[in-house]
Amino acid sequence: MKASEFPDAFKDARQKEGVGKMNDQDDPVTMVLRHKEVRKCAHQWQAFQSGGEEVGRIVIPSEVKIRDTRQIPFEIDPPEHKSFRDILNPWFKRPLDEDYSAKLATIIEEIVEESLESNNVEIVEEFALKLQSRALTLLLNIPYSEADLWISWGTHVFRSDDSDLDVNKANILYKYIDKQIDLAIENPSESLYSVLLNSEVDGKKMTKEEVKGVLILTFAGGRDTVINAVTNSIAYFAGNPKALAVLKEKPEMINNAVEELVRYFSPLTQMGRVATKDTHVCEHAIKADTRISLNWASANRDENVFENPNEVVLDRKVNPHVSFGFGTHNCLGATHARQILRILLAKLSQKVTSIAILDSKENIENLGEFNRKVGFNSLNVQFKK
Amino acid sequence: MAKITFITADNESITVEGTSGSVMELAVNNNIKGIDGDCGGVCSCATCHVHVESEFVAKTGQAEELENDMLEFDDLTNEYSRLSCQLQVSEDLDGVVFKVAK
Repeated sequence: MKASEFPDAFKDARQKEGVGKMNDQDDPVTMVLRHKEVRKCAHQWQAFQSGGEEVGRIVIPSEVKIRDTRQIPFEIDPPEHKSFRDILNPWFKRPLDEDYSAKLATIIEEIVEESLESNNVEIVEEFALKLQSRALTLLLNIPYSEADLWISWGTHVFRSDDSDLDVNKANILYKYIDKQIDLAIENPSESLYSVLLNSEVDGKKMTKEEVKGVLILTFAGGRDTVINAVTNSIAYFAGNPKALAVLKEKPEMINNAVEELVRYFSPLTQMGRVATKDTHVCEHAIKADTRISLNWASANRDENVFENPNEVVLDRKVNPHVSFGFGTHNCLGATHARQILRILLAKLSQKVTSIAILDSKENIENLGEFNRKVGFNSLNVQFKK
Repeated sequence: MAKITFITADNESITVEGTSGSVMELAVNNNIKGIDGDCGGVCSCATCHVHVESEFVAKTGQAEELENDMLEFDDLTNEYSRLSCQLQVSEDLDGVVFKVAK
């Protein structure tokens, strides 16, 4: 397979059945595969809930065994969900501010410039993880130097080489956040920690546990996803050098290009929900207290919605992709992610003419009968001016 | 040149002028509350949802299938719903009034 290609792993099952099955730690998942049904189930938060008793169950692989803190607002349903979301939305729209995007542009430009000087850049660790970590200091509004520690954690916060879920690795993050919350209580600043600690939701001050829940979501939700999106974009441009020239000539296409790449890559394959009653999806019975997943990656290749779904059409005009989810729980970090990618495409097209792939190791997710390429474990390239 | 009026959720009425681009872009450029346009206008985020005042439906026309699909599962959708990123500013829209859905 070419490094720049990301096949549709779900086509047959989507067309024939509309659902697919996978097991996950003895808590099976019925994956919903069609665009319309994915959106419909995402909309029906009463029937398919995020905020059930068992914290961590809607994540696949399930985090029930490694996490007790409820991620907020992601694992809370309406009406409480709205109260938290209303507080968080303005903060997570800050990436649109001129000052924020200027700082983000500086971060990205520096990494691109540095990479141009090297004969062999390993994109996942040396480019995407660095970029993601440094950009996160802006989102949290904390000193830039803090990124060095996060970079030292490596690409996976929850995973180690031999395990999908590693409780020791997860605890590094949870303990770190606990400590940062205590530091913010002692020395208040303008950081997200302090802002949340001073926030009231429905007339009550946010608790430390709630603040921790927001921070875990911000760290975990934006890590592998942004790293995949950035790394896969580099692989795409390596395979399609003309695209860099097109974007250089027509920078007004960058927004559409970002949305299309995000559709094509679907950096997060799926997200789970728990059925609250006996119901059905595509005529398949779903029992109460079992899991479904909203398979964004499959929905994004639905041939009934997207013409030439397996092609990257950089100027695709109408592109109702669900890479940032859909409905109530859509991605809180989407504004930040979109700004990262828009600036990345601008800088790459201005400064790079071609990218040569030297070596690559694909990251294949094993999802029951399906195997999906979601990104790379490593991608070595050389950038050319 | 088209004069387009937005009525926000808190009932503020704002009339702006535009010549090109989408109605969403016009709203974002004029900081109309409730129109975010997160996806930049590709019909993916549904953060530019408006209700066309009934007497102007003939001027705006009806939503295409994919646009309707995105609106289908939005709690604020009614028969006058449109995603304003799919409406192009032109003289045809002169005088049209949109109510911001959110």
